Order: sequence, then C-alpha cells, then structure tokens
Amino acid sequence: MLLAVRDLRAFYGETQALHGIDFGLDAGAITVLLGANGAGKTTTLRALCGMIRIAGEVEFEGRSLRGLATEDIVRLGIAHVPEGRGTFTDLMVDENLRLGAITRRDGPDIASDIDRVYDMFPQLYERRLQQAGTLSGGEQQMLAVGRALMLRPKLLLLDEPSFGLAPMLVEELFETLRRINQETGVAILLVEQNVTLALDLAQHAYLLETGRIVVAAPSRKIRDDETVRRSYLGY
Amino acid sequence: MMTPGARPAPGPLALGAVLVVALVLPLLLKNFVVFQLTLVMIYSIAILGLNLLTGFNGQFSLGHSAFYAIGAYTAAILMDRWDVAYYWTLPVAGLACFGFGFLFGLPALRLEGIYLALATFALALATPQILKSSPLEPFTGGVQGIVILKPDPPPGLPLNADQWLYYFTLAVLLVLFAGARNLVRGRTGRAMLAIREHPVAARLMGINTALYKSLTFGVSALYTGIAGALGAIAVQFVAPDSFTFLLSVSLLVGLVVGGVGSIAGSVVGGLFILFVPNIAEQVSKGLAGAVYGLILLLVIYLMPSGAAGFARLLWSRVVRRTHAPTVTEGRIP
Amino acid sequence: MELLLHQILAGLATGGIYACMALAVVMIYQAIGNFNFAQGEMATFSTFIAWQLLQWGVPFWLAFLGAAVAAFLGGIAIERVLFKPLHRAPPLSHLVAFIALFAILNSLAGFIWDFNLKTFPSPFGSRPLLGSGLISTHDAGMIGLTVLLLALLYAFFRYTRVGLAMRAAAAHPVSARLVGIRVGWMMALGWGMAAAIGAVAGMMIAPVVFLEPNMMLGILLYGFAGAVVGGLTSPGGAVAGGFAVGVIENLAGTFIPFIGRELKLTIALVLIVGVLMVRPSGLFGRPVVSRV
Repeated sequence: MLLAVRDLRAFYGETQALHGIDFGLDAGAITVLLGANGAGKTTTLRALCGMIRIAGEVEFEGRSLRGLATEDIVRLGIAHVPEGRGTFTDLMVDENLRLGAITRRDGPDIASDIDRVYDMFPQLYERRLQQAGTLSGGEQQMLAVGRALMLRPKLLLLDEPSFGLAPMLVEELFETLRRINQETGVAILLVEQNVTLALDLAQHAYLLETGRIVVAAPSRKIRDDETVRRSYLGY
Repeated sequence: MMTPGARPAPGPLALGAVLVVALVLPLLLKNFVVFQLTLVMIYSIAILGLNLLTGFNGQFSLGHSAFYAIGAYTAAILMDRWDVAYYWTLPVAGLACFGFGFLFGLPALRLEGIYLALATFALALATPQILKSSPLEPFTGGVQGIVILKPDPPPGLPLNADQWLYYFTLAVLLVLFAGARNLVRGRTGRAMLAIREHPVAARLMGINTALYKSLTFGVSALYTGIAGALGAIAVQFVAPDSFTFLLSVSLLVGLVVGGVGSIAGSVVGGLFILFVPNIAEQVSKGLAGAVYGLILLLVIYLMPSGAAGFARLLWSRVVRRTHAPTVTEGRIP
Repeated sequence: MELLLHQILAGLATGGIYACMALAVVMIYQAIGNFNFAQGEMATFSTFIAWQLLQWGVPFWLAFLGAAVAAFLGGIAIERVLFKPLHRAPPLSHLVAFIALFAILNSLAGFIWDFNLKTFPSPFGSRPLLGSGLISTHDAGMIGLTVLLLALLYAFFRYTRVGLAMRAAAAHPVSARLVGIRVGWMMALGWGMAAAIGAVAGMMIAPVVFLEPNMMLGILLYGFAGAVVGGLTSPGGAVAGGFAVGVIENLAGTFIPFIGRELKLTIALVLIVGVLMVRPSGLFGRPVVSRV
C-alpha cells in the first residue's frame, strides 16, 4: 500500500474538519474523493501534505508523515496541485516548470522531462516565455499538472482539476491523466465535483460527508449501483 | 465550567489598590524617585497615544517623537515667552498636536504598513533638524533650546514642587486614560477596530475610513503632545537633541512591552523604558546597549503579547484548567 | 552652468553611497518582505571586521572578501536564530527585534572597537578622476562596484536554480513549499546576501565618512529613500533611485536658499513621503496588488 490513512482527524484552529477517516491507495492506482462542498475533500489533501494540524496516522511507503513540513513531504514524492493551482504567476511558464523539478539533481533528465510536458501540452510550449499569470484557466491547469509531473512524483494529488474549465477541455485533461498514469505508473488521488468523468477515470472512490467517509467502493460499483448513486450522489 | 474564551477581569478592586499605592508613594519616597515616577507616568501617556494609533487602529508610527517634541516646545515657548501658566499649556499643546496629527494623517492615509512606518521614520529623523534650523531659531532657541522653571505647588498644600508635579501628572493621566477607555469602548472604538481588522469591509459597511484614520492620528498625536508638554515642565528644559528618533523607538518598545492594545499596559511600558536602560547600564557600562537589546529579545520571545498578554495568560491559567488533545502541529501556510 | 554640472557630479558621487545602500535595502525587502532597520548596523559591524583584518596585516581585497563572507554567514545566523522563532509573531514584534539587533550591534561595535573615528582605506585611491576635481577615483570605483554587484545579482536571480527558488519562495511561499522548496532557508539565504551587500556598502562608504559605530544611521535613511524612489521590487530601480536622491539632495542644498546644510536630511523625508503619495511602487517598481 503506497498511502495508508488511519483515523485521520484534521483541525482548522479549534474547529475539527475531519472526524477520523480511513482509506488507502495502492501504487499506480487512481482514486477519487467525492462529496459536496464543505465535506472535507480539500481538507484531506491539505492534511496529507502537512498544511494543517492533524491527529491520527498517515503513512507513505511505510513512513509516517506526521510532524513533517510540507516541503519535506513533497520531497518524498508527493505532488499536490491545490485549489487555485498554485501557479507562480509572476514567473514565466518555463520557470514554473523548472520549479517543479527544483529538488531534482539530474539535469539532462529534467530537460527531457520539460520537453515531454511541452509535447503533452503544446499550448504551453507556445507560451513558454510568457508570464504564467497571463495564461487562461485551462492553460494554467495544464501548467499546474505539468509542474507537478516535473517532480516525477509517486503520488499525484489533484484538487478539482476540472474547476473552471470548458467541458471539452475537461475531457482532454482527464484523458491526459489516464495516459500519464498508464505511462509513468504514478498513483493519483483526485478530488472532483465532476462525478461522471471521475468515476470513469478512477478505480476506487470514497464519498465524504461532513468530515467522514460514508461510502467506500470500487468506482464501477458506485456507477452501476442505482441505490448508492441515487441516495448519495443524487442521480 | 467556564465557556472557552470567557475571562473574568481582575476587576475594579485591583485598580483601586493600585490607585491607593500611587497616591501614597510620593509621600514616602525621595524627591528624585518621585521625579522618576512622574516621568514614568508621562511616558505612559505618550505610549497610550501611540497605542491608540497602532494598537487600536493598526497604523504604524515611528514618528511620535515629533509630536512629543511639538507638545514640549509648545509648552516651553508659552511659558518662557508669554508667561502662560503651566496648566494652560497642556490643552494648547494637545490641540496643536491634534492639528498636526490630523494634517499628517490625511496624506498618510494612503500609506500602509511598512510604508507608513518609513514615512514616520523620516519624520522622526527630520524633527531635530527642523527644530535647529535658522528660520525657526527665534522661537525654538536653536541648538541651545529653552529653559523653563518648575511650577510651584498651590499655596497652602504641604507638598514640595516634585510632589505637586507628581499629583498633577497623576490627575492628568487618570483623565486621559479614562478618556481613552471611553473612546475605545464606544462606537469610535469599534469603528477603529473594524478598520484595523478589515479595512475594505469597514468601508463597505459605511464607516468613513478616511475620516476615522485621520482623526485617530490626531487623537494619538494629542495624547503624545500632552505628554510632551508635561515632559517639558518636569525636565524644565527643551532642546532639539532630546527629541530624536531614539525617543520614537523607546515609545514603540514601551508599547510592545506593555502590550499592544492594552491601556493599562501603557504604564508597564512607561516603567520599562525609564528603568530598564538604567538597569542595563548597571549590569555592564560598556555593553549597556547590548544588554538592553537582549532584554528586549527576551521580552518578545517570552511575552509576545506584552505584559498585558502575559497577565491575561496567567489569569486564565489560574482560573480554568485546560484539556489538550494529542494533536500534531501541521505547518499552517 | 558649470556649478550645475559640478553639483550633479558631486551628487552622483554621494549618490553612489546611497545607491549601494539602497541595493541592500531592496535585497532584504525582496527576501523577507520587510525593512531591516538594523541593516546599517550590520554593515558597520562588517566594516569593523574588515578594519580589524587590515590591522592584522591582511591584504585589502582578502579582508574585503573576509568581511563579506562573515557578513553573509552572520546574516544567515541572525535569521535562523533570531527571526525564525518570530515567524508567527505580530509585525510589531519584528520591529522590536530589529531595534534589539540594532542596539546589540551598535553597543558591541563600540565596546570592541571604541567610538573614535577611524580611517578606512579605499582600494581605488582618492585622487581626482581624470584630473578633474569633480569626482574622485574612489567615487568612480564605488559606482563601478555597485553596478557590478547589480549585474551579478541580476544574473544570479535570472539564471541560477537557487535564484529561481528564492524568487519563488519570496513571491509565493505556499506554492514554493508544494514544489519542495525549503522556504525558511531561502529567507535565511536572502538575509545572508543582503548582509553581504550591506558589508560592501559599508566598506565603500567608510573611506568617505570615517568609520565609527554610528556611521550609517543617516545614510540608511538615504538608502531607504533611494529604494522607495526607485521601487522596492526593482534592484536596478533602487540603484537609480539612490543616485537620484544624491543628485537631488545636492542640487536642492545648493540652489534652494533656505535649505542649506541644515535641512538636507529633511529633503530625504520630503522625497520619501512625496514618492509614496504619488506613486507608491516607485519609479521602476511594479505595483503590489493586495487581495480583498
């Protein structure tokens, strides 16, 4: 098990946002966290990266992540594309990608990885010397994913990658994510509001409600089981 | 069981006790110590002025030495050139400083945080130069400054000059502190706090932030100006080099040590800036500054919210018992 | 006409000092988003270290390098030891910490090296440049060194990995953490670099104004003025601003009758406040937009 989470509780100051959740992720697997706004999906991703106060157990490749600083967790191989994408808006597109690899030492491989990102997202290549803040929403999303991949992560955390994107772009993006997973074997933990596409992409799904996991099942089962779908997902 | 966040105040009893002690002290202590305590009160008033600006309104000032200087010189010039009685100099100094403060506050509105600090820093540095300059020399006495006489106690009271000045200052302090308390607790105070916490929201709620900010500057300057006037009377002397940037720094230090936003803390601040430099010098004459700096560092590490915050912390520990769950601190970005 | 030219050149000469200091000010501002009011003292202290090395017979440029390296390490140490624990403290605590630092360094310098004026040699000599009395070789050397520093800094930030990481950490600390940058150490590095630049400024200024513990206070204000006028986000602008302050101060002092020598410092005040009113981001800086 690549990532094992047991009885995870998370706090914003005095307020408790997660009330003891358990889940796990295998290497190379794609998992989605579903749920309404405020259910705790983003909180979970933040908790995994040490960005907020937590209690409980989080283990990555058998190593506890408790007490580690965000930057040290990232260096273990977890790339997080947050809400808002975390783009370095003042810097150029190319510099954003270089930053994704800033902790790596293998210079020539970094250069070829940047080329691969440009192959995957040709629009980024066209704009590579432009200030990242001037890119459109869709392009910034691509940049964010590209930047995350530059880390050569073992686990990729994505917070609502479809947010603010036109439907066609979303389909393209998800297709790209599937390819990336197949080609590099990176595990993906996805937070999504777009349920259909997410259930298509992911193998496993968890449904969060007010800080607790209420459904945990293979995504096929949730898609095909009408009762589960109706009662929890509303369609 | 106490509701979290509720803290019972030490109450009027403690305040009364402090007041009784304050009233009795000058009768028991040597003249020089009485003089020092008078200075403590004067600095407390000056610090309170700075507190009104920074603590309650969130605006930075490194330039309050300028207002202290204006108050001091106003008092000195009135007493020396026009034989005005010392007690009348206070309201005049206050009004003059209110005017200057308000006028400075108007353009200063546009500046935030560190930029405002920089502008006021420049004001503080420029003040001694302006006071020494030739065009103003006929009024200010130039580099030599002005000497004034210590006021006599009113006939019939069995007090000497130092003791009288102490009680006079104490009375002024009580009036000003009560005034500050009313200001802070009333509508104005709430408006000031709103502006500090979230200026844009405050404006959207209809608070005329521009007016309040300038007014706050004016009132803050008024307080520090009155302190300056009292200071001139107590020390019996004003000269440009008494009012350098170092005075501004001292006031700021007093503010932080006492506790930003605490009216009572201003007195602790006054005590600190008068006595601690002396203590530092006694520890090591050559390294007095270094000792002072180290003490300052200790204060901000151990008592980040100043003496007032520390007192509150102690009080809440005494009053309620806390149960801490075993949680790990994540890094909050 | 000749008087004007003379004053402009003289202004450029003193402006070189302010430009050097302004560069250090902007450097620290970029690194930590704050002004370091103790920067002058740190520069003075480093200059004293250089002086001491010279007293011990160390050749000039070696002493120069030694002082700069000592300043670099000192800056990093100060950030990690003094300011890291204050990370979550209110901004006023930071201000008091700067004040404490100022007091400690000033007092230590006076204690170790006393308050008498000391001469500090210039590596460029102080002969008139090209035979004219307007600008000396030292002034020219100082200006040259400042410009060289500026170029090196530009190259560092633009073309090196560490420079990129520092820029990222300063502008977007949260996102920087998410790519694995140790933001705390980037700040420490910024402090170290600013301290080293300050040391260079101090060693350039000392030959002109004589070395003593209180050497830098007035100059620091001019450095701030230069940085503000030029723009806090632009090192090049800060240098230009420093020169501008020098020239304006000189011209105002010469040509406006009541200013004279007495109110020169006031000029700096007027400049700072004036620029802040009209164009807070300075002549060359980029406006900082604050989110609601």
